Order: sequence, then C-alpha cells, then structure tokens
Amino acid sequence: MDNNVLTVTELNSRVKLLIDCDPVLSDVCVRGELSNYKIYPSGHHYFTLKDAESSLRCVMFKGSASKLRFRPENGMSVTAFGRVSVYPRDGAYQLYVSDIMPEGAGDLQVAFEQLKTKLEKEGLFDAAHKKPLPRFPGRIAVITSPAGAAVHDMIRILGRRWPMAEVALLPVRVQGAEAPAEIAGAIRYANRHAVGDVIITGRGGGSVEDLWAFNDERVARAIYESELPVISAVGHEPDITISDYVADARASTPSNAAEIAVPDCAEIREELDNLEIRSQQTMRKKLDTLSARLDDMKNRRIMRSPGAYLDVKRLELDRASAGLISAGERQNAARRREYVKLAASLDAMSPLKVLSRGYAFAETGGRVVKSTADVKAGDALDVTVSDGSLGCRVEAVRKRKA
Amino acid sequence: MAEKKMNFEKSLARLEEIVKSLEKGDAPLDESLKLFEEGTALIASCGKMLDDAEQKVVKLRKGADGEPVETPFDGAE
Repeated sequence: MDNNVLTVTELNSRVKLLIDCDPVLSDVCVRGELSNYKIYPSGHHYFTLKDAESSLRCVMFKGSASKLRFRPENGMSVTAFGRVSVYPRDGAYQLYVSDIMPEGAGDLQVAFEQLKTKLEKEGLFDAAHKKPLPRFPGRIAVITSPAGAAVHDMIRILGRRWPMAEVALLPVRVQGAEAPAEIAGAIRYANRHAVGDVIITGRGGGSVEDLWAFNDERVARAIYESELPVISAVGHEPDITISDYVADARASTPSNAAEIAVPDCAEIREELDNLEIRSQQTMRKKLDTLSARLDDMKNRRIMRSPGAYLDVKRLELDRASAGLISAGERQNAARRREYVKLAASLDAMSPLKVLSRGYAFAETGGRVVKSTADVKAGDALDVTVSDGSLGCRVEAVRKRKA
Repeated sequence: MAEKKMNFEKSLARLEEIVKSLEKGDAPLDESLKLFEEGTALIASCGKMLDDAEQKVVKLRKGADGEPVETPFDGAE
C-alpha cells in the first residue's frame, strides 16, 4: 500500500509524461474564441480558448508571440497551434501555443486591417497632413532595392520625362525581416541630409508577404514624419499598402510613381511654345493697334494741311474775340440802366425836392421845430425854403385843439 | 541641384508673369518691348535647359561620418 503512495510531484510528472507522449496532443490545432487575453511584462501571452461549453488555458511564449503579425483580441475566433502539456507546479494542463491564425481572413489580412484602423484613428492618413509635390523636383530620392525591374523602370521613365532631375538611389532591402527598419531608416536619412526634393519609395509586384514591409508600422510612421513629400509605389495597381495610405501621393506602380514625380518635358515644351505664341501675338496686336492709331492721326486734315488748320483757328479766334467784346458791352449797358434807376429813386427821396414843391422847415437853436412845444413867442426861427432861408420871430403860439 | 531647379522653375514663373502682363496690355510700348525681349530670352534659355538636360543617377551610401557619399549607379546590380 505504502508503495502506491505518490508525492504530488510524482503524480504530476506521471501525468505530464503521459500527455507529452500522446502523438495527437503534442501537435494539435484547436479552434475557439480568445478570452481573457493578457500580455505579461515578460513578453509571454496568457489567454483562454473557449467554446460554448468548455475552456482551455493557453500560454504563448515570447519567442512565438513576437512572430504574430496581428494583434490577438478577446472575442476573436482563432485556430491555435501547439502542444498540450502539464504545468507541474499547478497540476494543470494547458496548451503551449506556437501560432495563432484568425478564422476567416488570413492573419496578414487581420494585421493589415488592425494597423490601418489604428493609424487612421491617429490621423496618419489625414488629407490635411499631405504635402504637395514639387512641380519641378531638382533631385528625386528613390528608396528601393537597387536590383530588380522597379528601380530601372523608374530611372528610365524619370530620365525620359524630365532628365533635368537627378536621381539619388538609397538602396534598401524591400522584403524580409530587415526591410521595414531599412526603409524607415532611409526615409529619415533622406530627410536629415536633404538628399532630394521628393521621395519615391516602393518596389515591384509580389505576393502579399513580399510587399509586407510596406504594411509595417515603422515605415508608415517614417513616411508620416517625413518633411519631404513621399510617393508610395508598391506592387501593381490592385495592391494597396499602409504606405499608400500614409504617403503624400500614391502611385499604382513604380513606373507610375516616376510619372507622378516629374513633369513630362514634351508637355513643358508645349507650354513654352504656347507662351511664346501668346507673347508674340500680344506684341503683334499691340504694335498693330499703335500703328493703326498712328495712321489715323496721319490722315487727319491738320496733319495733311496744317495751313488750313491755322486758318480755321484764326477764324475761331476772331469769332471768340468778337463775342467777348459784345458780351462786355452788354454788361456795361445793363449797369448803366441800373444806375439811372437808382439815381431817380434817390432823387425822389431828397428833401430839396419837397421844398421845391412849396414846403419849408423851421429850426431854432439848430433843432428842427416839430411841435408848438418846441418854441415860445419871441423865439428866433430859421426857415429854410427851396432857394435859401428866412430869419423870423415867433409872434404867437397856437396849439391846435386836439 | 537646387539652383538648376530654381532656375527653370523661376524662369517659367517669370515668363508666365511677363505674358500675363503683356496680355493685360496697359504697359507703355517701350516697357512692353522690354518685357517681350525678356520673355523671348527666357523662352530660349528654358528651351536650352531642356535640350541640355542629361539625367544623372547616383547611388548614396552612408559615409564614415554619416554624410551621404555618392557613387555612380550603373544599374548592373
């Protein structure tokens, strides 16, 4: 009996051994819903997989977890890959997860949507942040692989359209684990050393995995922070990457990026021709107008026979001076008539005029006598008549009865 | 690099300004003629810049001091 007594450790080890030897449990796929998802500071992920009736404890160690390309979220339906084993300390079995795949969409698709949502929320795609591209870039920084068709397509098209622009190639790897850091680093380097007026970054077509560096958050942030405008040119027309959303301009292909980056010199020549024609036409018109005005002046009579003009002017002068004289005369006559009228009315009011009709006035002591009260009998009076005055004396004062 | 770009861009901008001001037509003849002459010279120099342009492609490497070092890019990588 005693021989059958096991320590807890012995029991747990035995169960662990049993489970570890099970070929199914050592390499298993489990479908379920994520819940209680926690990432510990150690970098290990702990969570529970559950369905309607049961739940399963799971752990994903840092090494595996760091390879996840999407962010697991509670409620997500997933398939977890791993092995079942016992954690002897707790006597509990759990799933040691090596990888998680989201149900439905692939993990890359989920990762893409998650990053897109996150960056969009942060405003990295805002149209207001997008910088205008220079119309005539002097130098174009091309951040791509120095090998491959894409770089050659771009150089060829840039050279054909606008050979005046220099091309500065910043060689980077565009796929693989190192690519995102290299691309982001090159974008920052291009800004720090102002190696161009505009940046094109991208690569030719490939699988979703091949293009993945351009869905990396580090690349997205480097593009967003770039002072130089960035044209994103990844893959073929239908491929859309996070870089395309963040960049100031999105090109459907690397060749298209070259077309967007520079003007076509044929078009610019046409523009120059057009400006030349416009300035010549305008100048021609101006000269025509001026010479027509000159002709018009030349044809005026004054220019053809200046003598006749002078005759006319002389006549006009005569007429004008005659007019002036008669106007002066008219004004004088009017003034004279006014004078006569004034003199007549003045004359009518003169006291002499009254005396001439037989009236007289008496003064005593220099005062005009206006009332019987002004004098008394015996006073001397000076009586003025029309042609002189009479010295008189008052005989009697007779006041009229009122 | 910047100078060449500015020259072309500035020349073209000045040219457009000249044509616009000629078309407005309120400048006296001697001024118009001066503008016209300047415009004609700009057209010629812009054309020459386009004719003479030859694409230059360099590859940038980070130098020991971190500054970019240019090497010719022959495309044979």
